[in-house]
Amino acid sequence: MEGILLIAMIVAKIIAILVILLLSVAYLTYFERKVISFIQSRIGPNRIGPSGLLQPIADVIKLLNKEIIIPSASNRYLFITAPIISLGTSLVAWAVIPFDKAVVLANVNAGVLFVLSLSSLGVYGVLIAGWASNSKYAMFGALRAAAQSISYEIPMGFALVGVMMAAGSLNLQTIVLAQKGGIWHWYWLPLLPLFLVYWISGIAETNRAPFDVSEGESEIVAGFHVEYSGTVFALFFLAEYANMILISALISIFFFGGWLSPFQDIPYLEQTFAWVPGIFWLLAKITFFLFCYLWFRATFPRYRYDQIMRLGWKILLPVTIVWIVVIAMAVQFNIGPWFV
Amino acid sequence: MMKRLARYIKSFTLWDLIAGLKLTGRYFFARKTTIQFPEEKTPMSPRFRGIHALRRYPNGEERCIACKLCEAVCPALAITIKAEPRLDGSRRTTLYDIDLFKCVYCGFCEEACPVDAIVLTRNHDYHFENRGENILTKDKLLAIGDKYEADIAADRKDDSRYR
Repeated sequence: MEGILLIAMIVAKIIAILVILLLSVAYLTYFERKVISFIQSRIGPNRIGPSGLLQPIADVIKLLNKEIIIPSASNRYLFITAPIISLGTSLVAWAVIPFDKAVVLANVNAGVLFVLSLSSLGVYGVLIAGWASNSKYAMFGALRAAAQSISYEIPMGFALVGVMMAAGSLNLQTIVLAQKGGIWHWYWLPLLPLFLVYWISGIAETNRAPFDVSEGESEIVAGFHVEYSGTVFALFFLAEYANMILISALISIFFFGGWLSPFQDIPYLEQTFAWVPGIFWLLAKITFFLFCYLWFRATFPRYRYDQIMRLGWKILLPVTIVWIVVIAMAVQFNIGPWFV
Repeated sequence: MMKRLARYIKSFTLWDLIAGLKLTGRYFFARKTTIQFPEEKTPMSPRFRGIHALRRYPNGEERCIACKLCEAVCPALAITIKAEPRLDGSRRTTLYDIDLFKCVYCGFCEEACPVDAIVLTRNHDYHFENRGENILTKDKLLAIGDKYEADIAADRKDDSRYR
């Protein structure tokens, strides 16, 4: 009896996280269209519902009503499996994200490793989609995505090594708690180069502009998902946006103190904002990084393919390695206000 | 050496990226230039060349005298005219068709017309729902002319100084 109750509790938690996540994905598309149109001096969707707020609902209904076309030359099992892998990996990682002091689905000890491995698995969905479509553009997109994801995983992993050394743990909750003490104690300051490297590789990892060569519509139509339509395309779409939210959440947790308040240890302000729940701070930080994602998309032109490789291997990787040495020294000899 | 160092500092502080973000960030708060089409419309010249119309004289007599100058000048061969003497002896068209798929809206027919019969109106948001509706017959053209006569006359008057 107790076991069933426990399982029911866990399932309820999973459903709560997924429903909120999928809703935020839907409204992230609305947010994206609004932000990009504002930057381009337009006003964006405003017809369906007040200020166009029902636009994502209409888009979802439209996508679900579309026919799923399976190309006859494709490998149909892999063709259907690929979007499931993509979406699955991007949703599973949410299990270890701490939303507040005690609000986390699975407080595992190797949370960082879990997240890293799942973000690496996500590229399989893209690769299989490109291969199974049996189309040259899809193939090119998949090859580019694979090369890019593998290249940027390395600086990403190294950047996290710095975080792990500074926090002394692989547990996400412990990493958040290690950054206690106001905005100047969060890791973005002592780990500034690693933060930038992680941010840049995070954008590259999610195949977003300016690193969106794998689906660069002006070069290879839509890249790996060129043959997909209807619901299966919607799954890729969901996966991409869920990944964006995930990366934003991870940046907030690793470098911006997760659910910690920025006003800790600041007189007056700390008391004034003491009533705000931690999840609000986490959501505020995630929203900020999501806004930056869209801001970058509206600002930067797409990188050339060889430039992406150069940036990943020749610039980001050396920077992380140098800063890991610096952090190792700082932690070993208790230097600075952060590592005492 | 110094130049190279300056370049390194510039690229590692992401200087150019921040400059670009500043520019787009400013536009984020700039005034939006969107025109909400069905409710708002852009200003339009009296010379605008939209759908065609055949005009009448104020006494209700149609202007067209079937001189076929418009048919001759039409670069897209969109106009077809057949003419016969009417019962009262005046020369009138029995067929006046404009194929809107062929028409390039150059306005030559309007310029060629000696009696200001064929004109291009300002109306540009029209549509067809069935095959064959792209052919504007004489009846349809006269109907359009009757419907927009006030606007057409006002536009001609506005523009008469330059003709």
